[in-house]
Amino acid sequence: MAQRIDVKDLDVYYGTFHAVADVSMMIEARSVTALIGPSGCGKSTFLRTLNRMHEVIPGARVDGTVTVDGVDLYDPAVDPVAVRRQIGMVFQRPNPFPTMSIAENVLAGVRLNNRRISKSDAADLVETSLRGANLWKEVKDRLDRPGSSLSGGQQQRLCIARAIAVKPQILLMDEPASALDPISTLAIEDLIAELKNDYTIVIVTHNMQQAARVSDRTAFFNVAGTGEPGRLIEMDDTRTMFSTPSVQATEDYISGRFG
Amino acid sequence: MTATTTSRPDARPSTRDLLTRPDTRRRVVDRLMAVVVTSAFLIALVPLVSVIWTVLGNGIERLSPYFLVVSMRGVFGGMDAGGIYHAIVGTLMVTGFATLISVPVGLLTAIYLVEYGRGRLARAVTFFVDVMTGIPSIVAGLFAYALFAIFFGPGVRFGVVGAVALSVLMTPVVVRSSEEMLRLVPNELREAAYALGVPKWLTIVKVVLRTAVGGIVTGVMLAIARVIGETAPLLITLGVIDSINYNLFEGRMMTLPVYVFRQYSQGLVPCAPEAADCIATINYDRAWAAALVLIAIVMLLNLGARLVARYFTPARGH
Repeated sequence: MAQRIDVKDLDVYYGTFHAVADVSMMIEARSVTALIGPSGCGKSTFLRTLNRMHEVIPGARVDGTVTVDGVDLYDPAVDPVAVRRQIGMVFQRPNPFPTMSIAENVLAGVRLNNRRISKSDAADLVETSLRGANLWKEVKDRLDRPGSSLSGGQQQRLCIARAIAVKPQILLMDEPASALDPISTLAIEDLIAELKNDYTIVIVTHNMQQAARVSDRTAFFNVAGTGEPGRLIEMDDTRTMFSTPSVQATEDYISGRFG
Repeated sequence: MTATTTSRPDARPSTRDLLTRPDTRRRVVDRLMAVVVTSAFLIALVPLVSVIWTVLGNGIERLSPYFLVVSMRGVFGGMDAGGIYHAIVGTLMVTGFATLISVPVGLLTAIYLVEYGRGRLARAVTFFVDVMTGIPSIVAGLFAYALFAIFFGPGVRFGVVGAVALSVLMTPVVVRSSEEMLRLVPNELREAAYALGVPKWLTIVKVVLRTAVGGIVTGVMLAIARVIGETAPLLITLGVIDSINYNLFEGRMMTLPVYVFRQYSQGLVPCAPEAADCIATINYDRAWAAALVLIAIVMLLNLGARLVARYFTPARGH
């Protein structure tokens, strides 16, 4: 089910602005890959190119290939909507649909796509997805309450449940815990550790301890200056990256000397 | 720094002094502004209260169930008879049909502007919507008349012509208010839907419109309230009639504003001294009562809009 992602010579542009330059990396299946780097280095932009979400912004375009299971996501025959069904995404700020209940939020991927689902299948999907997101016990008695009635950390786990309910192969997370308190962050991190058994996970984080705690491999992005494109500086096993990185800039960033 | 302050305590005013020193100027200005704002509010209230008071005082006497359910057919002179049923029917049908035209056109335009429109075309649409907002209503009436006169010849007067005239006035209001409401929908919700693999059109229908529907309904109701009192364009396009007409596609129709105008312009009735059944001021009385009904309809619409908006507003947690 989980797939690995093979990125080759990827350049991202917003109009005439060259945002990310020349990234090649291999993202392993059933593992957590963390993207770290200072603000504006293009790690979020890069993450959004992995499920073609960056195309939502007018003027954004990409050169290079992102291959999943032998298929280039940027092949003209590929439908970006289908890509996003296979590669889910969790955002920085929890964004449950305010008009929907907790259960409806979990089913949003099904219902919004006008797919029919029987009552019992829907109930099963809600339960397995919420269990998968470690939220079931907390909300099982109030599934018909609005999603916005939950705390921030619970809302974020609801968003993760919503993302895994469409049964993607890969989960992208854009700073999923940066708006949360330490306890909710811990809950999300535990969840990531469980989810990697079934999914390929790519997570952008500003928190280097978090990258060290949750990820198997870490990629460090950096940017030479404003107006310059962000670049992948190096990528290695997380343990190696945090103990003996091969590039000086990585060591400077990780040890807090800049950024 | 700290050391110098402690060694020379008199160098700066004490904390007590700083916290309790009266700032007279600010207090006076604060008081003054409160008075100005409150009196501006009261002045704005004067015409509103006065209008309601006058219309109620002059209109309530003539208002009766009978007045609401009969037309003016066969009523003449100072007869103590006649009502506004035909005008209520005309107002509701013509305004309803105008809404039927304006809401799809206006809403789709707003969706285009917010979700799809880029560059020159979107700017042109926005510009012309702004221009349309300023069109005098009599011009809208002449436009609708001229448009239908091409097909039906001069002197054409029926319900749809009036509805088209009203929709020319109504559409820009619907576009503007819906556009505002759609822009208020957070982009995060659109992205959340896209990330679930929901196509753009379904995202617009099921997330964006669903989230904004309360505000859109309120905007539509305000647009209706804006045109339901229009007189001039309907005088041109619908004409004047004393009997009931349920057919929007044929024959003249009466509406409440035109009825008010018509009654008032007929003026006092010259009653013969021996006629017991003659009321000299009957035309004025009918005009005021019809005006009262028109205000009541607009108020009911606003109330309905509020209820709908409340029903659709996303439930707040806790």
